[in-house]
Amino acid sequence: MPLLLQVQDLHVAYTSRAGTKHPALEGVSFDARAGEILGVLGESGSGKSTLASAPLRLLPGNAEIQKGAVLFEGQDLLRAEPRVLEGIRGARIALIFQEPWLALHPTIRIGEQISDVLAAHESGGRQALRQKTLQLLAEVFPSDVARISDSYAHQLSGGQQQRVLIAQAIACGPSLIVADEPTASLDPTTQRDILQLFQTLREKLNLSVILITHNPALLSGLADRVLVLYAGKVAEVGPTDRVLRFPQHPYTRRLMESMPAGLDESAKARKSRLPVIPGEAPNLGTLVKGCRFESRCTDRMDRCTQRDPAPVVVGDAHAVSCFKYED
Amino acid sequence: MERLLIVEKLEKRYASTQLLGTRKEVKALQDVSFSIARGSTLALVGESASGKSTLAYCVACLERLTSGRIIFDGNEITAFDEKQLREVRPQIQLVFQDPARSLNPRYSASEIVSEPLLVRGRLDKREREDRARSLFAQVGIPQEKARQRVAEFSGGERQRLAIARALSLEPKLLILDEPLSALDCSVQAQIANLLIELQASLGLTYLFITHDLAMAGHLSDEIAVMERGRVVELDAADKILQAPGKEATRRLIAATPRMGAADHPPQVV
Repeated sequence: MPLLLQVQDLHVAYTSRAGTKHPALEGVSFDARAGEILGVLGESGSGKSTLASAPLRLLPGNAEIQKGAVLFEGQDLLRAEPRVLEGIRGARIALIFQEPWLALHPTIRIGEQISDVLAAHESGGRQALRQKTLQLLAEVFPSDVARISDSYAHQLSGGQQQRVLIAQAIACGPSLIVADEPTASLDPTTQRDILQLFQTLREKLNLSVILITHNPALLSGLADRVLVLYAGKVAEVGPTDRVLRFPQHPYTRRLMESMPAGLDESAKARKSRLPVIPGEAPNLGTLVKGCRFESRCTDRMDRCTQRDPAPVVVGDAHAVSCFKYED
Repeated sequence: MERLLIVEKLEKRYASTQLLGTRKEVKALQDVSFSIARGSTLALVGESASGKSTLAYCVACLERLTSGRIIFDGNEITAFDEKQLREVRPQIQLVFQDPARSLNPRYSASEIVSEPLLVRGRLDKREREDRARSLFAQVGIPQEKARQRVAEFSGGERQRLAIARALSLEPKLLILDEPLSALDCSVQAQIANLLIELQASLGLTYLFITHDLAMAGHLSDEIAVMERGRVVELDAADKILQAPGKEATRRLIAATPRMGAADHPPQVV
């Protein structure tokens, strides 16, 4: 698959009110390929939301992109002119966030909010816009398109609102959608429907999707590859089956072990202690020398605190940033 | 086993006033019956708006029933007056989903966990502080953080504080309303372990409301499945998960993401 987006050595830091700099991403590199679903797995403070907003330079005012490049369709987005960037935001790369009711306007009808996205990037008469809007809604809703178009956000359920945001995201035919925890606030049935919709649209429109989540179970059976982010660095990246079933980085392995066996759990394992990762993830911006996971790792060695582990290929497009695999 | 809580034919209707003053009745709960054995956990699962939280508030005596009976620790509390209820409420405590929103941001950790004691006028200041310290130890909050405010705690620590606050009045029943869903996966495991330990050491009974069938399976003895205000299936956790009898249950199981990637690809609609 050809590369669509290349993120190279991305460093982003936030400046606190006291004036100190707190790194959020430190040397993050990865690619997204055309037509793939790339899962980004990370917990609070891992930098995953910074990763969602940095390529389009939509970071808050106190954030600074210190270093790196984001190559997309032949240009470096981090150095692109504002006017060029405007043509890419929403048109070539679309963003979807976690809480859909915060993203929709409360007193503008749904159909008009979708037309607004179209009008911002394309020309066309009112009638043509309305036609296109209904077509877009039909892509994401099984039925009832006209009623939904005339509704206000509060008349829709959380799942329906998220579908509207997806319709906005695909409105201008982007090649990449970045979705930051798009199903975190939805119940399991709705969550599954929304994830299936991503998969359907990916195939139909040849979209790439970067799906950011803290829940590994969501990515299994959905993402083609998984990138594991820990404290602003890539811990592990590889095909979904390899990363989730045979995790190699000590963090990924411990994380997977801490999940309950779930539906197939035996009665004996019920109410038994789950294996937990000792300690807590480092706060955003505590500067650490060497591996970020070292203080919580049971496999640590002397060199872990001396320098940063570089990614090591452990097999079939699977790379792990851990000294265990260096020799 | 002795039942701590028995709910019989519970019904809750709300009257919602619509535009132009027409009234419409909403049946939030209908014919709900179940019981929980002392020291065990019943999970309440179901889609959004199936009535899980309404049921929790009815059990916590925060909502009045339309009809039905609730028997708690041998007393029919639905027949109690307000004064009697005031004695029951401390024994039934709630832990909510998002500790960032359920805890007062201006209070120190110590004030958060000892406030229920202050309200009840049970202990003097010195004794309350001692009690706060032992609650911190119980839920795994370092003593040196007693003066810190909510904002300085991580998500997992905040939920520990919410649990400590709920425990401060030595309740018999804890209603856990989605206590894990706002937390990261690795933190969920830590809090799940804490809940298991506390149940074992204090003999607590849990009513565990959740979307997450996998966690329900791990933490519960029995699972009740709710749909449109009714309990449609109630059985031992294994039975519900491995041999579900009702369509609503099967639908929830099918929607639960599983780790066995290649074996269970989601169907494309």
